[in-house]
Amino acid sequence: MPALVITVARFGFLILLWIFVFTVVGVIRRDLFAGARSGRLVAAPRAVGASTGQAAKPAKVKRGRAAHQLVVTAGQLAGTRITLGEAQITIGRAEDSTLVITDDYASARHARLVPREGQWFVEDLGSTNGTYLDRAKVTGPTPVPLGVPIRIGRTSLELRP
Amino acid sequence: MTVAATPAPSPATTGGDSGVRLARSRRNAELSLLLLAMVLVAAYMATVEANLLDTVTPDFWMPAAALGAVFLGLHLVIRFLAPFADPALLPAVALLNGLGVGFLRRIDLGEAAPVDREDLATFAGIGGRQLAWTLASVILAAGLLAIMRDHRSVSRYAYTLGLAGIVLVMLPAVLPSSISEINGAKLWIRVGGFSLQPGEFAKLALLVFFAYYLVRKREVLSLASRRFLGIDFPRGRDLGPVVVVWLISLLVLVFEKDLGTSLLYFGMFVVTLYIATERVSWLLIGLILFFGGAYLAYVLGSTVGGPFANFYLRAEIWLDPFADPHVKGYQLVQGLLALGTGGLFGAGPGGGQPDILPEVQNDFIFAGIGEEIGLFGLSALLVVYLLIVERGLRAALAVRDSFGKLLAGGLAFTLGLQVFVIVGGISKLIPLTGQTTPFLSAGGSSLMANWLLIAVLLRVSDGARRPVTGGAGKASRPAGGPPEQLHGAPTEVIKP
Repeated sequence: MPALVITVARFGFLILLWIFVFTVVGVIRRDLFAGARSGRLVAAPRAVGASTGQAAKPAKVKRGRAAHQLVVTAGQLAGTRITLGEAQITIGRAEDSTLVITDDYASARHARLVPREGQWFVEDLGSTNGTYLDRAKVTGPTPVPLGVPIRIGRTSLELRP
Repeated sequence: MTVAATPAPSPATTGGDSGVRLARSRRNAELSLLLLAMVLVAAYMATVEANLLDTVTPDFWMPAAALGAVFLGLHLVIRFLAPFADPALLPAVALLNGLGVGFLRRIDLGEAAPVDREDLATFAGIGGRQLAWTLASVILAAGLLAIMRDHRSVSRYAYTLGLAGIVLVMLPAVLPSSISEINGAKLWIRVGGFSLQPGEFAKLALLVFFAYYLVRKREVLSLASRRFLGIDFPRGRDLGPVVVVWLISLLVLVFEKDLGTSLLYFGMFVVTLYIATERVSWLLIGLILFFGGAYLAYVLGSTVGGPFANFYLRAEIWLDPFADPHVKGYQLVQGLLALGTGGLFGAGPGGGQPDILPEVQNDFIFAGIGEEIGLFGLSALLVVYLLIVERGLRAALAVRDSFGKLLAGGLAFTLGLQVFVIVGGISKLIPLTGQTTPFLSAGGSSLMANWLLIAVLLRVSDGARRPVTGGAGKASRPAGGPPEQLHGAPTEVIKP
């Protein structure tokens, strides 16, 4: 084997190794910077806002921006993000809830978030300690504006664009 | 033919459906990364042969192909059983595993007589052994993915696994030395020519137990505490069982003379506790206990000796390996020299002399590889480890239940800590303790346990990244509806 071939192979291997590393980083880049521009993270929830929400949106929703994520801001699950789709989100201690919160002050089936015409509504499911939207206790289905905390026990949740 | 043809489309269509409707599962990215990793492994082996044999044999690609086939199988299993699992985990681990096999084969080639070199069989030597273990481990990992459809189901067996973990840790200590002792460390079970290191599997079992127990108890642990010296301590009875588990495993490990593993268990324990309670005081307590314990072991080793003599010797070598470079410090000095010879870009795969490094196939594989790929290549490998740990922690952050968070966080941290302990050891950052380098070192038990760990991480990340759509069916039930297994205790009532 000529020395040139061996030298090329040797450095080629090292370069290939780093190309692999950077390709992996490229694949996971969206996740790494998910917080910065999360709106594009998942395409699915656009369907809610785009098709049905177009007409009804300007009326209520702040600047017409649809919620794409549910973020837990306080409590034990703080930092958890759920990408919103068309399905409702159930919250409670029951193992089959969408968001299972281990909070002693939450009920098994505590509350749920339901999408309706591009707007998310929070509804209390007869919980023991109640659900609060900011400071107000939730009695019936209540529209949830972006960035307003929903409080359940010691946990706080927010809708984010 | 018709029988085979009818059921075939159904998995394909469901897979396609979910791909369209939901977030992208990114399985194709995984597949292409996996192919790139296997190309890298093949390139490594070709370079090794070019350097060592002066020619590239026509079947240099055989080990890479065997590895590629079994990883492809695992990829298919993931595609159908965990479609939203993290796309970076499998290729990264596959690369490390493949390079490990390649390097071990390179040692075989170096040791074989020059005439035999060109026709070294694929499954010959330690490289071949490692290859066979890899195949078995990956199949086992695929099996685990198939059995465990939801990571929360593991929590049902938490106490059983905790007990199994303790038994696995204690087993080699209780067995006679003729069965359990290799190189002065009683860590093994040897049956015939076959040796297993049960402690590697105990790591996984104990972590499941820790995670489950701390999820159950964490309210109590972080609220009902006693303040002492400005730090909140939980009540003894809440912490009792975990401390007992930890003490037993620690005692047994000191008795088995393997401080690296006991450090690993200790770190695992402290970090799970920290993740569960979110209290920095636990990290402080852990660090103080650890450094205090290490210093105590050092002092005891210099005065009393006995079980601590081993640690004292290691600390002495660490402080000044060149004091006795031919006997006691030989291994560490040779490792440092190998890393130094490698320099920035290394001697090229196959161009080094790993055969003069003691235990180069186990503890010192990183130094052996470092001599040949240099700092430039070693840092790439370390970044790959970093990415694996990052993906694990990311899964822990994103998953929606506390048990999954603790489990994934603990597993990812354990993997990272193990890499730190061994790489820190061979580069003389910390005293050298015998640990395997995950996925690189020769050793079936370690490889198998780490692949199982990756399977669990894949499963948790699948749960974390799976978009929420299945909620509609369950939630359409009336709220107070049919009785279900609810999450334990009754709701606390807020008193006005």
